[in-house]
Amino acid sequence: MVKKWRIVTFFVVVLLLGGLISQTVMNTAKGINLGLDLQGGFEVLYEVSPTEEDEELTDETMQATVSALNERVNVLGVSQPNITIEGENRIRVQLAGVEDQQSARELLSTEADLSFRDIDDNERMSGEALEENGASVGFNQANEPVVMVTLKDADRFGEVTGNIINEYERGNDRLVIWLDYEEGDSFAEEIGKEDPKYLSAPTMPQSGEPIYSKDVQIEGDFELQEAEYIAEVLNAGSLPVEMEEIYSNAVGASLGEKAMDNTIFAGLIGVALILAYMLVYYRFMGVVAAITLSAYIYIVLLIFNWMQGVLTLPGIAALILGVGMAVDANIITYERVKEEIRSGKTIMSAFKSGTRRSLSTIMDANITTILAAGVLFYYGTSSVQGFAVMLIVSILTSFLTAVYGSRLLLGLWVNSRIFNKKPRVFGVKENEINEL
Amino acid sequence: MNFNTDKRFIPFVKHRKKFFSFSIIFALVGIILLFTAGLNLGIDFQSGSKVEVMSDDSFTAEQVKDDFAEAGSGYEPDEITLAGDSNEMAHASFVGMLGQDEIAEIQTYFIDKYGEEPSVNTVSSLVGKELAQNALISVLIASVGIILYVTIRFEFWYGVASIAALMHDAFFIIVVFSIVQFEVNVPFIAAVLTIVGYSINDTIVTFDRIRENMREQEEIETFDDLAHVVDVSLNQTLARSINTVLTVVFAAGAIFFLGGEAIRSFSFALLVGLIAGTYSSLFLASQLWLSWKWKSLQREKNKPKEKDPEDLEPEI
Repeated sequence: MVKKWRIVTFFVVVLLLGGLISQTVMNTAKGINLGLDLQGGFEVLYEVSPTEEDEELTDETMQATVSALNERVNVLGVSQPNITIEGENRIRVQLAGVEDQQSARELLSTEADLSFRDIDDNERMSGEALEENGASVGFNQANEPVVMVTLKDADRFGEVTGNIINEYERGNDRLVIWLDYEEGDSFAEEIGKEDPKYLSAPTMPQSGEPIYSKDVQIEGDFELQEAEYIAEVLNAGSLPVEMEEIYSNAVGASLGEKAMDNTIFAGLIGVALILAYMLVYYRFMGVVAAITLSAYIYIVLLIFNWMQGVLTLPGIAALILGVGMAVDANIITYERVKEEIRSGKTIMSAFKSGTRRSLSTIMDANITTILAAGVLFYYGTSSVQGFAVMLIVSILTSFLTAVYGSRLLLGLWVNSRIFNKKPRVFGVKENEINEL
Repeated sequence: MNFNTDKRFIPFVKHRKKFFSFSIIFALVGIILLFTAGLNLGIDFQSGSKVEVMSDDSFTAEQVKDDFAEAGSGYEPDEITLAGDSNEMAHASFVGMLGQDEIAEIQTYFIDKYGEEPSVNTVSSLVGKELAQNALISVLIASVGIILYVTIRFEFWYGVASIAALMHDAFFIIVVFSIVQFEVNVPFIAAVLTIVGYSINDTIVTFDRIRENMREQEEIETFDDLAHVVDVSLNQTLARSINTVLTVVFAAGAIFFLGGEAIRSFSFALLVGLIAGTYSSLFLASQLWLSWKWKSLQREKNKPKEKDPEDLEPEI
């Protein structure tokens, strides 16, 4: 007696699955964040040290630095910035898909430390005197863009300007405004240059009176863009630390795209070869394997999308390797079922004991691989970690689809009894079967 | 029981000495090679910078050199390699890190000239060393974990033999990379670690069958009894071993031939590792287990029987 409803169920399940996958796979694939090696962008690993030598680097300082960097990255409008603390004194910044890499880099590493100095480079007032979020872009009488900053205290500025007026002769009474003054920079050297390092160096007013004002206008022959940049950097806040680049990786957008196209094409060919081989070698069971493999790829993409994972080149490689693991689980089961059929069991009981006995093999093999991937995740750095995450997701998913998915689909056919006494469907010849 | 039903019964154990000698010779050659030729370490493992440029036309090394000289003073690549189907890509490496301003200068120059943004990678030696160290530590920790797991699920000697196979495979890849002098970079490490996982997977599947057949074998009297179990198990799992490695080779091979420059060394390492992994699980792992297991059985026999033998060998 052939139970037809089981076969009908099989086709219903396959059709539903096919419908679901074909309807949603494009959206799922598009929703996955691509790493910078696939869409261009850059990554910098900074070593962080405290601004003052005797200070210690605390967790709070590191957190504050990350927040400040995040603020700055927001200025750029990058969609998926990834800023993480590594170890005790490292910060990794990954900006995938950023269009202007150079200004992004500059923006990140500037300390945004505004200082007011005299012409002998002595600091008269530091950036701490600035009101938070007090910087903006304005225009002077000549309609040139200027940077406007607001100070916390008008009296303080009056005192500073008063001192300069008293100490210096007319003409030398300049207040030099620096962004990111570094040890060794000097006003005397820079003043002759076409593009000096300081922002501006205004002289004191003709009247000789100190300026008691909260609002300071910095005129530095800025382009509008430049003025906007300075204002934004000042508002984003200065970094509480010094950062040095120890690793950087910049990928051009078209190089990234090329890598991705190549890898996806290669992956498709690889998967097609695997499916063809399975179909030829395992006949009907190969069809089931092909269905569960498609489901596997779809589910991995779906999970990766939910996890907000970032797909990188090694990640794609792990995905394809996962296909191999999923195929392996199928192969182990099918070989076992074939063996049981050869030993003379009926198709139904061979299927039952074959799937049961292969399960522990697959379990042990998968658990040891997950163990290795787990260690890799724990000790690896960014790209190795991405690989490990993908490998773990792949193994778990392949376990689900290749063990339970295959068993369910194949079970529907086997238990319908349509294959009773037809070992050839499973790739076993009649003369290979032992009589019990 | 269906022992010996397959017409093509391959006596693996008979030839084990040959495989052992081959592997020992290979290991010795490998060690000598590592000390003499060494590895072609990419900039991930030594302080340096790598610039990758792309153009619509093909490059020549001379032209790339001139371009860098034109981009700014003092840019002299230490090595230039061309890549791509028609040499439309070029990699230039520099000893020492390029600074932020230098990178900006180079990028601007190449964008102006070729309309493509070059990729720039810089690494301080510290970072590369740490990475290699971390990878080594990970493998060691993973090995201990695997031995523990396998000892619990199987038996101690299975664990040790599977780690021997794993080390063999990882070492094999490293030696082959020393021979062909491909660049060793971060993805290479990922590939070695993948093979470590695959090798374990492969070995465990074979061991699982040996364990099962050991349960069914009534008594192990002679070395040949034990050897027979191993041979039968290997032959039973042979179809699976070959089919699995073939399918994974399809995937890895497709990435190697079609996947482009970025992951070529990764996929090459995978391919080499797959071959090594299949070799080691067919010809080394089980045979090592056989030798060790037999010796430990001999020791058990020679011991005065005080304890209950079940305490000593719970798996049999």
